Amino acid sequence: MNFPILSTIIFLPLLGALFIFISNKKNESSSAIYISIFTSMANLLLTFFLWYSFDKSFAGFQFIEEKNWISGLIKFKLGIDGISILFIVLTAFITPICIISCIISVKKRLNEFLIAILILETFMIGVFCSLDLIIFYLFFEAGLIPMFLIIGIWGGPRKIYSAYKFFLFTLLGSVLMLAAIIFIYWAVGTTDYTEIYKLKIAKEYQYLLWLAFFSSFAVKTPMWPVHTWLPDAHVEAPTAGSVILAAILLKMAGYGFLRFSLGMFPIASEFFTPLVFTLSIIAIIYTSLVALMQDDMKKLIAYSSVAHMGFVTLGIFTFNKQGIEGSMFQMISHGIISAALFLCVGVLYDRTGSRMIKSFGGVVNYLPNFSLIFIIFVLGALGLPGTTGFIGEFLVLLGAFKINYLVAILASTGVVLCAAYMLWMAKRVVFGNTNNTIVTKLKDINFLEATILIVLCLVSIVFGFYPEPLLNTMDISVNGIIQNHQNELTVNLINK
Amino acid sequence: MENINLIIPEITLFLGICLALMVGVFFKNSFSIVMKLSILILFGVIYLILTDWGGEQKIFLDSFKNDKFSDYFKILILVSSIFIFISADQFIKDKKLNKFEYPIIIMFSILGMFFMLSANDLILFYLGLELQSLALYVLASIDRDNIISSEAGIKYFVLSALSSGLLLYGCSLLYGFTGSTNFDEIGVSLITQNTGAIFAMVFILVGLAFKVSAVPFHMWTPDVYQGAPTSITNFFAVVPKAVGLAVIIRFMDLPFKNIIEEWQTIIIFISIASMILGSVAAIGQKNIKRLLAYSSISHMGYALAGVATGTVSGYTSTTIYITIYIIMNMGAFACLYLMKTDGKYSEKIEDLSGLSKERPMLAFSFLILFFSLAGIPPLGGFFAKFFVFMSVIESEMYALAIIGLLTTVISAFYYLKVIKIIYFDDNKVKFDDVRNLSIKATIFLSCLFLSLYFISPSIIGSLLNELFI
Repeated sequence: MNFPILSTIIFLPLLGALFIFISNKKNESSSAIYISIFTSMANLLLTFFLWYSFDKSFAGFQFIEEKNWISGLIKFKLGIDGISILFIVLTAFITPICIISCIISVKKRLNEFLIAILILETFMIGVFCSLDLIIFYLFFEAGLIPMFLIIGIWGGPRKIYSAYKFFLFTLLGSVLMLAAIIFIYWAVGTTDYTEIYKLKIAKEYQYLLWLAFFSSFAVKTPMWPVHTWLPDAHVEAPTAGSVILAAILLKMAGYGFLRFSLGMFPIASEFFTPLVFTLSIIAIIYTSLVALMQDDMKKLIAYSSVAHMGFVTLGIFTFNKQGIEGSMFQMISHGIISAALFLCVGVLYDRTGSRMIKSFGGVVNYLPNFSLIFIIFVLGALGLPGTTGFIGEFLVLLGAFKINYLVAILASTGVVLCAAYMLWMAKRVVFGNTNNTIVTKLKDINFLEATILIVLCLVSIVFGFYPEPLLNTMDISVNGIIQNHQNELTVNLINK
Repeated sequence: MENINLIIPEITLFLGICLALMVGVFFKNSFSIVMKLSILILFGVIYLILTDWGGEQKIFLDSFKNDKFSDYFKILILVSSIFIFISADQFIKDKKLNKFEYPIIIMFSILGMFFMLSANDLILFYLGLELQSLALYVLASIDRDNIISSEAGIKYFVLSALSSGLLLYGCSLLYGFTGSTNFDEIGVSLITQNTGAIFAMVFILVGLAFKVSAVPFHMWTPDVYQGAPTSITNFFAVVPKAVGLAVIIRFMDLPFKNIIEEWQTIIIFISIASMILGSVAAIGQKNIKRLLAYSSISHMGYALAGVATGTVSGYTSTTIYITIYIIMNMGAFACLYLMKTDGKYSEKIEDLSGLSKERPMLAFSFLILFFSLAGIPPLGGFFAKFFVFMSVIESEMYALAIIGLLTTVISAFYYLKVIKIIYFDDNKVKFDDVRNLSIKATIFLSCLFLSLYFISPSIIGSLLNELFI
């Protein structure tokens, strides 16, 4: 196929942003709304087409595009496999939802917000498509600029502190990755991922390089103890910003672990597994306990994100099929459910201006439709069978039990704790007595809000009952990763 | 008969300056005529250099050398000077600096720089340096009724004279220990062990580090940047820095080629110190010109990191760095010309607060320029740093690379501060609507270049490939 579909998907939102930028008028945003919805929906259709024409029985990379970029040094290389296609679809799916939620809730400088989201979409899809480390780094870092602005311009009272923290934490982690990437270039002779995959990186370099990549991905995941930027960023970010942050930006790190840490440094990954397990377990248990004590709903969901991402890192480093597929599933499920939860909090926040749990209560009496959907997502987040949340956590624990009982048992307590804080929050917000008169005057969700929430709800339930399409897509690629990992370890053993 | 063709650009420039001087003396209120004439002369010199592009030739007993390297830098300084002339026009008139001497002195300093770039002999080099420096002293204090400007001029004069003295002392030592003032001959004679020449190298390096304001010889930079009128600061931030780096590369590549280990250590130290001090000291600044001064110190640190490798790829990366640095600074200073309230130019960072609501396009330009200065991809500034670190890691200087990368995080902090003030804070000061096409065109071109640079990042590199043979 000669049509550069990946480049089209990457740069279409940028083109949309450019159109909005050109047609930008003060206090006039209808054209911007149409352009942004149109481009993001077109992009969604394109990714569906991409998914449809994707060959699920082929292990390598597909739709490869190659172009000379920095002459003699680096090629602009794109390509997707069964893992990245799912993230691309997730990104393209979440973006229109964010745009619609912006249109509902953002009052000031809507045009700029839409531009930022569309540019961010370009960078996010670019991360998942790039097959060259430098290109990957470029997109990975570039996403900081629009996100910094989204938090800083449209954020809450402590927005400046949070925006700085988000930016500097991520940048600090990433510069070490840049050093590692440049080192790989001189050690291996290329930054083309597929070439590195074949040529292999010498064992003695792997450990330090793994740590350099880890520093970047651990901040982005985020893993304990560098997770502190996430609650701040989530609380202060506007709803759409939180949604993108939780649904996609965090997934870049999981994707990075899976693609780069496992793919390029198999020996080091095996070596550092205890470290990752320890940090993941601490993340699951500690942040769950912290989440129990939160007054702010957004903060609670943010801490639950850290715990859920703990499951993801745990699953990735089990190196078996259940674990990795579980992690993948958990990431997609978290992308949908946490996005929906942030949207639900956004619905309440738009109406009352408060996110505090104690200022609500008995919401079910006044917003019945909203409460129904909210409860479905709460149950999804705690892993109720029948939602995507269940399948992810179940597979990860299955994978963990295969290799280490202790880790698996400790991780399982996280499931219980998650149920505790989620249900307790739901109880205090949705049920119980109404202790705030504002709640009694609230209107139920309107058509647009209902649409996006119901779509997310359907996706979560459909894939909860029938996960086959997702598992099917990633199956061969995941097998490839595991196969490569085991081959490397055997070679290493023989060499010893 | 010597081949006089080689030196025609310099001769033309000199005759042009004389002509402009005549015009200035004999016509009243001749500023705008002299300005236009100067721009015309600079264009003419660019044309002359381009027609004679390439080929390495030496004349005047091998003391004057013309090659692609010097030609590239000459064109770089000419183009940036033209942009400074054009974009600062309004500013100069508002500040009542529109004396006809202004463009003429700048052109004299350019003439001095031409000789510095082409020098292949210590004496010619020093003469060029002095011509350039004398012109710069006058420029720093050109706003003579302003006490800060005069202070800046005197400060610059005293410190610069000291450094020139050290440099001259180094030159004399070098002559004493090697018996020659010619770069090539010095290079050959340093193949054998020569401790005295290392002393000379240190003195010369000190003088040159002063010119590019690298730590620990940076003290003059913030004061002069703040004190001098913005248009002069613009010139200071761009042109002498480029020339200084080019001359450092020249010295390290020719006469000191064989004592690479000795000077490498010094440059690594200077580079690291500049990166750290430049990033840390900038955090507390309230004046945007001082901020840009510290920013330029740290940028010189990154550029010197490329020199520290002592390899051709390192020199190339430094040249790319300085080119992108010039483009970023041209844009940033052009933005300062638009910071005008009630006819007065403002320099406080606070005054930018909430700019994005009042003047979205100007705010957006600041956004691109400052993220680019911070080196965040996908903007041009990232690639400048990227190429430098590529060559640094290629030379296996990991500590330098790691420190450099970590200081980019620190320096990101103060660039973000400016972005924060522009985008997140509430509006306080209302800027005048300056309708000046040339300023806006400069900003536009600079932003366009920086934001589209990622499409083909090797564009400057491929141009430079043939410079170092």
